[in-house]
Amino acid sequence: MIKAKAVGSSTRRRSVRGPGILVAALAIVASACAPGASVAPSATTVSSAPSSSSAPSTSSAPSASAVAAGPSCGTAPVVLNGYFETGFDLPFKLSAEFTKQFPNVTWNISQDQFANLMSSTPRLLAGDNPPDLIRLPTIVSLVKDNLLKNLDSYATAFGWDKWPASELSQDRVAADGTRGSGSLYAAGLNYSLTGVFYNKKEAAQIGMTQPPTTLAAFEDLLAKAKAANLQPIMAWNASASGGGLAFPLQQLMAALGSTQPINDWIFQKAGATIDTPTNLAAAQHLQQWISAGYFNKDTNATEYTDANARFGKGEGVFMFNGDWQDAAYDTAAPGNVGFFIFPSATDGGPVAAMSAPLTYGIPAKAKNADCAAFFLNWVATNAAARQVDVTVGGSNPGGPTDLTIPPAAAGSIINDTLAAGGAVAKSNGAMDFIANSTGTIFAKGWTPELQKMVGGKETPDGLLKAVQAEYLKELAP
Amino acid sequence: MDDSSLLQSSHRTNVATELRTRPSRRVRSSNVVGWLFVVPALVMYAAFVLLPLVLTVQYSLYHWDGIGPSQWVGLKNYVTVLTDPDLLGVILNAFKLIVFFTLLPVSLGLVVASIMRRVATGRFGTMARTILFLPQIIPLVAAGIAWKWVLSTSGVVNQILSAIGLGGVTRAWLGDFDFALPAVGIIGAWVLIGLCTILLLTGMSKIDPALYESARIDGAGAVREFRSITLPGLRQEIGVCITVTVIAALASFDIVYVATGGGPGLATTVPGLDIYQLAFAGREVGLASALAVVLFILVLACVLPIQRLARGDET
Repeated sequence: MIKAKAVGSSTRRRSVRGPGILVAALAIVASACAPGASVAPSATTVSSAPSSSSAPSTSSAPSASAVAAGPSCGTAPVVLNGYFETGFDLPFKLSAEFTKQFPNVTWNISQDQFANLMSSTPRLLAGDNPPDLIRLPTIVSLVKDNLLKNLDSYATAFGWDKWPASELSQDRVAADGTRGSGSLYAAGLNYSLTGVFYNKKEAAQIGMTQPPTTLAAFEDLLAKAKAANLQPIMAWNASASGGGLAFPLQQLMAALGSTQPINDWIFQKAGATIDTPTNLAAAQHLQQWISAGYFNKDTNATEYTDANARFGKGEGVFMFNGDWQDAAYDTAAPGNVGFFIFPSATDGGPVAAMSAPLTYGIPAKAKNADCAAFFLNWVATNAAARQVDVTVGGSNPGGPTDLTIPPAAAGSIINDTLAAGGAVAKSNGAMDFIANSTGTIFAKGWTPELQKMVGGKETPDGLLKAVQAEYLKELAP
Repeated sequence: MDDSSLLQSSHRTNVATELRTRPSRRVRSSNVVGWLFVVPALVMYAAFVLLPLVLTVQYSLYHWDGIGPSQWVGLKNYVTVLTDPDLLGVILNAFKLIVFFTLLPVSLGLVVASIMRRVATGRFGTMARTILFLPQIIPLVAAGIAWKWVLSTSGVVNQILSAIGLGGVTRAWLGDFDFALPAVGIIGAWVLIGLCTILLLTGMSKIDPALYESARIDGAGAVREFRSITLPGLRQEIGVCITVTVIAALASFDIVYVATGGGPGLATTVPGLDIYQLAFAGREVGLASALAVVLFILVLACVLPIQRLARGDET
């Protein structure tokens, strides 16, 4: 026993030196250069503007003929590398239609979940073999690292600058790193819209014949639903999907205040704050809804897909969601789901909605940038592509105002959401999502704070102050 | 002294030196061979454990988004991490998990293992061991998803509670501020109890049966047997169990990530989850690395004393 121990300790003593030296050597190697420092020079050489070789001629007027002469996919075989989001058919259907019209272009498509896209995109774009076209969760930090191609010259060549400015503003990044203005770094395959979905049968049961036109009328309906023993609102608020109560909260913010300060906050404009008097009123309304029992009791444990499935089965008179869910509701409850824009506080007041482009960008190092840009232009302007956009995506295809929006199938909710989009555009009420202001504001700000509010552990004032503090912490240099 | 004798003596010294050096040379060459055997593993260990460890410490001293240029900030990341008002609660959550990840599996494991040693022999014993160990071979993510169903509003737990007339206490367990952390802890206990039981059972088979026999002759009951023979005999195995499970609690990530994502609020947020969010959602590689280093030190500070205690008596 004693002998064995002696041997053991002597070998231990001898072996210590090996790994010790190894660690020291690794430390020297590691400390020789700062992380990322070697990447920086090569990244900065990829200048923000498209390289001269691929830059479309900006001198030609952006007329129809100029488009034909502008950047294109040529006639030689091209393989476009796409990186799409799993679970959404739209880009796959669009790429198939594109190949049908331009047979020289074939696709090599990879796909990933949104959360994975979020964490892997920077490395993917910085690598040697980036895709030509990619679904982008966020763009500001990627622009800062020079990973995205500046699309300004494409916008001029294709005439995107003649489109309604609000369509592309969310994909613009200014030199100071704020979003909403500046150079264009991505474009939308279509433009989503949020509002309130309702179960037609249950709505009729509580006497709703017309969509409510004021916030008070909507709250009256909620009370009636509660009194009728129906589930007034179906909502998701579990961490895995992120706090879905951010949807009603933001709709309330826009109903009680103006969209401008909300967008400024999302776009990280200097001095912007979410802690405003009207936003406080909005948070107070939300808290009243919670304490009145309008939301499903298990909302803090309910995930996005579960909430939708339950709403489709009739649990919930109302549901705050976006038009990307149209097709699913059409399938789950054909003809029984309707949609209205969240009403303003005053009758006839301006209406607002969260509306965001389904953002796709072209990596700075993309090998077929011209062809990818041509595809983005084609999606917004080609009749067949716009039809796919509406039927499959359920959202407004955007593009120039002189093109009509293709119709959806009769009886589909898509018709309701497309019509509602017009009303929002008229009152210039489009906002980005408050969950998108910074990379982690949703996970570390809104979601935990909204969950606390549901659990009775946070006040409306505390909610806004905590989120603002998290916002400032994340923006601190 | 003539030439031949000189030659002879020199030869003799040569032989002598050769005799003296030969064993040491043999030791040296066996040393080299030993290293050769270790090199492949060592290279992998260095590349995938030591290098990342050193790099993490290095990154923790920089402000870096993972791609662009980095900026030396010294210990600023550590100041930020350690002054975060949420940090204490998050670390406290990890320590609360120790109750479920360590205390429950080890104590229950001891009870189950001693019962199995006494009653479950033969085919029944093998079957029991296999079933207990099963959670260990199921991917944690799959286990987390399955448990999420079990604990959901319409899940099995609530169905049983309603069936026995306890409908009043049903709730969405993973969305409840008071019960989410214990619920996550139960999942961890379910995973780890099999591992502990098997480890302890193996340790028990090592204890000389004669000890039990003589104890029984002396009139010792099951409890006395357990306290005086089983427990002392299992000191090292218990040490291993506690070490492994404490690390699992403090460095937990997968079960929490899948079951609750850290919610509701920060009720189940653990340091591992914070590190993940900082690094991959916030792209704050420096801050994430600093927190990882803090967690690393915390784990060491907890595990080293446990190791010392477990070895304790032998020195």
